[in-house]
Amino acid sequence: MIKKFDKKDEESGSGSNPFQHLEKSAVLQEARIFNETPINPRRCLHILTKIIYLLNQGEHFGTMEATEAFFAMTRLFQSNDQTLRRMCYLTIKEMANISEDVIIVTSSLTKDMTGKEDVYRGPAIRALCRITDTTMLQAIERYMKQAIVDKVPSVSSSALVSSLHMVKMSYDVVKRWVNEAQEAASSDNIMVQYHALGLLYHLRKNDRLAVSKMLNKFTKSGLKSPFAYCMLIRIASKLLEETEAGHDSPLFDFIESCLRNKHEMVVYEAASAIVHMPNCTARELAPAVSVLQLFCSSPKAALRYAAVRTLNKVAMKHPSAVTACNLDLENLITDSNRSIATLAITTLLKTGSESSVDRLMKQISSFVSEISDEFKVVVVQAISALCQKYPRKHSVMMNFLSNMLRDDGGFEYKRAIVDCIISIIEENPESKETGLAHLCEFIEDCEHTVLATKILHLLGKEGPRTPSPSKYIRFIFNRVVLESEAVRAAAVSALAKFGAQNDDLLPSVLVLMQRCMMDSDDEVRDRATFYMNVLQQKQKALNAAYIFNGENTHCAPSLNLRALVCVDISGPIQEVRLCLSVSSVPLANTPITEQKTEFAPVATSKLPEKPGPTRQDIYQEQLAAIPEFQGLGSLFKTSEAVQLTEAETEYVVRCVKHTFARHMVFQFDCTNTLNDQLLQKVMVQMEPSEAYEVLHYVPAANLPYSQPGSCYSLVRLPEDDPTAVSCTFSCTLKYLVKDCDPNTGEPDDDGYDDEYVLEDLEVTVADHIQKVLKPNFAAAWDEVGGDFEKEETFALASVRTLDEAVGNIISFLGMQPCERSDKVPENKNSHILFLAGVFRGGHDVLVRSRLALADGVTMQVTVRSSDETVVDIILASVG
Amino acid sequence: MTAQTCPRQHQRTTMEIASLEPSLYTVKAVFILDNDGNRLLSKYYDTELYPSMKEQKNFEKNVFNKTHKADNEIAFVEGMTIVYKCSIDLFFYVVGSAQENELMLMAVLNCLFESLGQILRKNVERRCLLDNMDGVFLVVDEIIDGGVILESDPQQVIQKVNYRADENPLSEQSVAQHITDKLAMTSNIMQSAKEQIKWSILK
Repeated sequence: MIKKFDKKDEESGSGSNPFQHLEKSAVLQEARIFNETPINPRRCLHILTKIIYLLNQGEHFGTMEATEAFFAMTRLFQSNDQTLRRMCYLTIKEMANISEDVIIVTSSLTKDMTGKEDVYRGPAIRALCRITDTTMLQAIERYMKQAIVDKVPSVSSSALVSSLHMVKMSYDVVKRWVNEAQEAASSDNIMVQYHALGLLYHLRKNDRLAVSKMLNKFTKSGLKSPFAYCMLIRIASKLLEETEAGHDSPLFDFIESCLRNKHEMVVYEAASAIVHMPNCTARELAPAVSVLQLFCSSPKAALRYAAVRTLNKVAMKHPSAVTACNLDLENLITDSNRSIATLAITTLLKTGSESSVDRLMKQISSFVSEISDEFKVVVVQAISALCQKYPRKHSVMMNFLSNMLRDDGGFEYKRAIVDCIISIIEENPESKETGLAHLCEFIEDCEHTVLATKILHLLGKEGPRTPSPSKYIRFIFNRVVLESEAVRAAAVSALAKFGAQNDDLLPSVLVLMQRCMMDSDDEVRDRATFYMNVLQQKQKALNAAYIFNGENTHCAPSLNLRALVCVDISGPIQEVRLCLSVSSVPLANTPITEQKTEFAPVATSKLPEKPGPTRQDIYQEQLAAIPEFQGLGSLFKTSEAVQLTEAETEYVVRCVKHTFARHMVFQFDCTNTLNDQLLQKVMVQMEPSEAYEVLHYVPAANLPYSQPGSCYSLVRLPEDDPTAVSCTFSCTLKYLVKDCDPNTGEPDDDGYDDEYVLEDLEVTVADHIQKVLKPNFAAAWDEVGGDFEKEETFALASVRTLDEAVGNIISFLGMQPCERSDKVPENKNSHILFLAGVFRGGHDVLVRSRLALADGVTMQVTVRSSDETVVDIILASVG
Repeated sequence: MTAQTCPRQHQRTTMEIASLEPSLYTVKAVFILDNDGNRLLSKYYDTELYPSMKEQKNFEKNVFNKTHKADNEIAFVEGMTIVYKCSIDLFFYVVGSAQENELMLMAVLNCLFESLGQILRKNVERRCLLDNMDGVFLVVDEIIDGGVILESDPQQVIQKVNYRADENPLSEQSVAQHITDKLAMTSNIMQSAKEQIKWSILK
């Protein structure tokens, strides 16, 4: 057999692998010699090696054959060849999971573990613990305890590490060995110290006091093992974080003292721990940064890498703390290890001045193709941060990013670049054209559908507003010809936006649309037909409603318009609007908001179908079932629930406000938390502060213990004074109490009237406005027109920041922020907030709010709507 | 000992550093590849990381492609810190999480390399390694146990393994064959040395 194996070897040449042509079945066949007497240790060793090699290569062994080989192997325990025995231990460990009945070797292993041969004892313990389960562990517990405190380091280490592995499985057993582990921790051997510390920590980690005591002991006694020191530093920094102790704590002092340890490993661990601590001041960072600075010039690549990576981390939060290392980092930018060079450059980009940016970018572009994607993402992130810091440098960055975009790279990397370019475009209007040009070039050869649709969406949004929109058409139409369905659909939507906004392009767009109508994919065809018909109307209002703001193209790519195309779309506008409404989809990011509000003027009396029931649909159905509420029209808006009682009171009441065109319905969900009472005829009496008129009360007939019930009040909104949008109601819960047996729930016959005062209920302007997202706010703004535009200026004295002001306005008006204007860029003193909504009754409302931060916030509000009253209401409510 | 799982979470493809859960489970994987990137030995200690053989081999290929051109000692691939070393036609890798102390991983790598250097009598090349595969398995077993660093001193490892490389791996071999083998080995070494020089020039 061996001869044959050699021959094969010879044939396949010098660099051949003696294990290359191993066949599992042949090897298992060979394993039969394990049963021969006397045992030939040499040959058996060779076969065991082959078995382990095969397992290592991922060869699959069936349970039967593995078990057979395993049992044959157990015979080899009779031989006293040392290497053979050691290989047996390895085989046991490797086969523990694939063979059956591995526990039959327990006694052999226990013998070796307690025997005289020290070479066997450690490995035997490790093999034994590998095949032991919780019940068997108790049988060997005595031996394990002895082994942990054994004077032979390898035995003690093996026992400690094996115990650690078993903590997960048998915590309760291993927990009992804590004293032995404690004893082992004071061993002279450095590895035993380390392993004992690890086990002790693992057993005590949920007991903060014990951990703290242990730390105290070991930090004082001084360990010898650098590994143990690293472990102590990690434990200490975790404890510091958990207890939120100040940096004057002895634990911090300990970590800082480790910066002077003689082992680089410990010094680095300590520096890294300090750097990663939250709320570290520049002064506390300084010593850590200076040791890292020293490491930067180490001849060891790993140490330089570790140092510069940690410095990079520091630079994110405290760039000034790292400036001292700039010179050392400069030396690293030509490092032959490109990871180190990249980290050095990105760190310098964060700490350096504007003047060095060009030089560094040039340097990094010389080797960017050599580094791995992870580091490329780091580079892109650094550039992204840089663009915010130095907006004037955007042309350099843009150039660089476009080069990176051309290189090979994975999805994450490309996405980082695209996001970065998009954010540059958004922040620097003058970079828009170059940015779009680069992105156009990118989608020419882009394998990532998500990125392509994202870019097409952006092109559709930004392209038509550029000076020469025609140049983008070619890129977009190329997509229609070449790409997958999702991309084609996105391209069609983008094309439509060009056609809608640029009259001179419209004829060509229509021709292209015509061609898209022949597409093989339903979705693409449907979109093309839909846009074609809308565009042919040549009505600005239609375009704005159904092309710019109609849907969220890249969020909901599978918008299904098929229902539409069969409807004759060339009728009067009203009809078009109506049939469009059928397919309106809820917006991706505001599920409760509906598009039905867009066509409210004509559709208030007809219920649109919506895909999938929303929360509002469910309420609508419930309300429609109550006779008193028929004839109110369709439900306009349902508010979030408002609590009218404290959480832990006798009766829990919360109110949901339903707004209709001329009425409001208040739904009170009541829960009776008293098990000795049955409530009947429950209603909430309301006293309005304004001219609101309570028309009906619909009481809940029965309210048994812990079963929620609802009662309703119908209120008519004041018609003669439409500006009275806010009102306060004082509410009282009225009911008939019947005492009942808490056990049986059987009520008495007689009851008595009682009442319970609830908290006041507020109706605000937000209850009258439904959120609507307008992806293209400017188009919507033009669409509504300036007929009823009004403007007023307010001072918000109590507000200190723009963020706070924006948040307040949004929640007060209950409108949808558009164009991402709810995010205030940092370090800006002024901001414009765009809000869109629909007022009760179906009038579009748009609010443009200019905010300026001085001493307090000054706000200039411009409101447009299709109805003058609505404008007045908004301004009056803000004032 | 692959069934032991390491409690520390690994994060792929991000370089963000979360705080470290103190633990002895330092090594995620260790592997030895030849100069074509083929696996000669590999151990994965964290079963959550690359649970299937296919994922493991893909990872090894990926690591090999990113590291075999330049002996840079350290790399960051698929969200893992990798320290490595090459010798003639062999590549040694030790893998740890992104948050791991790089110097601890280096200590493991150095110990592995020096221990193998000793048992292979400085002939740290593919053929010799394969001829003494049993010794290599034992060395790795003595250095790392289920992801925990068991020993980091090569002298201790050698002593514990107590393994002697055979001059003549198989006694039945004819002298002539032995010589051819040796010659082949030398030419192989020359070849690899040439490769090395070529790369160092190209760098």
